[in-house]
Amino acid sequence: MTKANPAIEVAGLHKSFGRTHALAGLDLTVETGEVHGFLGPNGAGKSTAIRVLLGLLRADSGSTRILGRDPWKDAVEAHRRIAYVPGDVTLWRNLSGGEVIDLYGRLRGGLDPRRRAELTDRFELDPTKKGRTYSKGNRQKVALVAAFASDVDLLILDEPTSGLDPLMEEVFQHCVREERDRGRTVLLSSHILSEVEELCDRVSIIRKGVTVESGSLADLRHLTRTAVAAELASPPGDLSRLPGVHDLDVQGNRVRLQVDTDKLDAVLRSLTESGVRSLTSTPPTLEELFLRHYQDDVRDAGGADDEGAASGGGTDAHAQERTTTR
Amino acid sequence: MTAVGNTPASTPSASTPPSSPPSPPSAFARRDGGTRQLAGTGVLLRFALRRDRVMVPVWVAVTGLMVLSMPNSLRGLYGTAAERADLMRQMNANSSLRALVGPVFDDSLGALTAWRVGVYAGLLAAVMSLLVVIRHTRDEEESGRLEVVASGMVGHRAPLTAALLTAALANGALALLVTGGLAGQGAAGALAFGLGIAGVGMVFATTAAVIAQLTESARLARGLTAGVLGAAFVLRAAGDASTNDGSSFLTWLSPLGWLENERSFADERWWVLLLFVGAALVQGAVAYALAGRRDVGMSFLPTRPGPATGRLATAGALAWRLQRGSVLGWSIGFFLAGVVYGGLTEGAADLVADNEGARQIFERMGGRSGLTDAFLASMIGMLGLIAALYVVGAVLRLHGEETSGRAEPLLANAVGRLRWAAGHLTVAFAGSVWIMLLAGVGFALGYGKEVGPILGACLVQVAGVWVVGGVAVLVHGLAPRAAMAAWGLAGAVLLIGWIGPALDAPQAVLDLSPFGHLPKLPGGEMRWTPVLTLIGLAVVLVATGLAGLRRRDVVVS
Repeated sequence: MTKANPAIEVAGLHKSFGRTHALAGLDLTVETGEVHGFLGPNGAGKSTAIRVLLGLLRADSGSTRILGRDPWKDAVEAHRRIAYVPGDVTLWRNLSGGEVIDLYGRLRGGLDPRRRAELTDRFELDPTKKGRTYSKGNRQKVALVAAFASDVDLLILDEPTSGLDPLMEEVFQHCVREERDRGRTVLLSSHILSEVEELCDRVSIIRKGVTVESGSLADLRHLTRTAVAAELASPPGDLSRLPGVHDLDVQGNRVRLQVDTDKLDAVLRSLTESGVRSLTSTPPTLEELFLRHYQDDVRDAGGADDEGAASGGGTDAHAQERTTTR
Repeated sequence: MTAVGNTPASTPSASTPPSSPPSPPSAFARRDGGTRQLAGTGVLLRFALRRDRVMVPVWVAVTGLMVLSMPNSLRGLYGTAAERADLMRQMNANSSLRALVGPVFDDSLGALTAWRVGVYAGLLAAVMSLLVVIRHTRDEEESGRLEVVASGMVGHRAPLTAALLTAALANGALALLVTGGLAGQGAAGALAFGLGIAGVGMVFATTAAVIAQLTESARLARGLTAGVLGAAFVLRAAGDASTNDGSSFLTWLSPLGWLENERSFADERWWVLLLFVGAALVQGAVAYALAGRRDVGMSFLPTRPGPATGRLATAGALAWRLQRGSVLGWSIGFFLAGVVYGGLTEGAADLVADNEGARQIFERMGGRSGLTDAFLASMIGMLGLIAALYVVGAVLRLHGEETSGRAEPLLANAVGRLRWAAGHLTVAFAGSVWIMLLAGVGFALGYGKEVGPILGACLVQVAGVWVVGGVAVLVHGLAPRAAMAAWGLAGAVLLIGWIGPALDAPQAVLDLSPFGHLPKLPGGEMRWTPVLTLIGLAVVLVATGLAGLRRRDVVVS
């Protein structure tokens, strides 16, 4: 622990339901004041991890701290500083949205009435409707207004924008940025990559209950490949001998290749030796990053345990990996 | 009334032939363009029967058992024709007892059976039918499940048709059971009685079908239909109190009165069955008309908006807010029941005093000495058993909150599990004291004497109620997925207390119910040991359940 008190610290977290190992040694660190993206395919264990963090489920083993407290033993005290928005909000049929917002606020650290009014306005929420008459998107808004208007330090949002239209998605992103500006910490579980790319300082990707990547988006990009296309003054040297080069395609003075992003430097050096006329370099998209991890699931489900042994994959990411030159 | 269900499918235009009927008001815009309104009924029916495969058979069996056990227990009480004739004469002379069960039309065992259980079998068939119909119509719509179903090849009227067919099958099975079981008392009477009970069931199935179109909430639809059923009971009771042959206008207004006026086993009036058929057809037609003309999920009585800001500040306040309507309903019911039964006490005691067998059974059911005390004790005991249903329902709100996903965000706030549970458990356990106390006040008002002993007797019942509630807390805390089993316990306790004595059940069986250990009050001797033991047991059960709740995972769907 180098920095001061992370808001969330999880190490080696295990949780099983019967024979299902929902979490198999999850690690997660969310620094205070950051917006942290929590990503993973359906069934990866995101919601289970969040429920453990909220003390709703009891961990089988591993250590978990939230705002410096044990989420199971100190649940109530920890929750005073936490606002939670589930992915599927259910409301009481005979309570109005306004009543629920106020109740949740009072059951946390309190509610700022001015901010509540402002948020109700911005989200275009009618707080007088009863629980059963709200649409899915409006039910989400009730929980979002309650969370953003509450006086808390940490927001835990589990796929909070499901059911919101693009305009409301915009309002949501604005609110999250405001929260960060006010020094609050946000754990955002989401499938919407543009949202994550837009909002998150750091992300953790989990798969089958284990963290497979964690870091800033820039860090993670280093783990993927950059596409490079160049026109040179003379034919290039033997690029295929350089580490991390894939899909090499040399046509006279033209070169196209993929390179592991952390090996980019050596490739550029080699290219400049031949004299660069033009160069385009495309950084990996977040989609590619995720597909790589998400698709490991598909591949594993197919029964192959070795990356190179994968066969029949139909996507670009796969194709590129399988046609590795060298 | 603002109608929501108006999506005009065909507006009157030049193409409308001039001879066509005038266009109905926009609230009931025509939507009969759909040619396959019933598509998918078969699939939905099979699905409904699968979902009801436990509830309906159990309900039919319990109702049937209650009816079929009656000739035997009546034979034990009134073995000779003279005794039965005597009973009939006295019954028909006592207006308050007529109000309770109706008049007797003949002194045969069959006729006495139809008299003794007719109203209650009809009530049970009606409750079963309303539960079945609303479960497969409004419940499905409110939860949003119907939306997915309706997006398949399913006609607008198919869900309603499947629900009514399910109710018809259930009532048909009940009719078959009653007819077969009572055939020994006279085949014609058994058939008339069986069909009559099923007829009451179908009348309320169609009432529920209409009301399910009107409200958005299934809970409200159930409550309103039950209210209509209660009104039917009161009309019949008032009519029978004023006449001794069921001929009162008020009796004829009630489907329960029709069942009585069918005169099963007493020169049956078959034409009365037409009333059931007619009422069911008319109500069914209204429900169909409404169902075909409104949007899925919408109703003709839209929900009113609520306040924009709320005053709820604690989990306890929320629990009270969620349960207060139910507490109010139970309070009114128990108070009125107390007043009515209290008012019947003198007359009932006079009647029972004349019959040795009935006196014995009353003594077995409740009292020791003094027939008014015995009557009071057995009625108070019955209310105690019914209060067990209240306590289970109130405790299991915790389960409902949890499985619906509403508890999860609530517990993610600064609300401990015990505090969350405490709100609902206070409503359950303090509420059961409250409703028994109100019943006692009602008894005292209706009877006008023995206020102290009556109140004491009512409060003693609470010990039994609490044990049942304690078991519900225990199951919810330790094995939440089996929480619904607590209803089974309440039902078993009710059965043991209600028909156990009449069936001469062995003491070992009667002892299974906590109520079997309570002193018989008023009249009997107050014994503190069993009462305090039961209260202690309830405390242990609640504490164990809460300890389990603290340790286990919150149920997530």
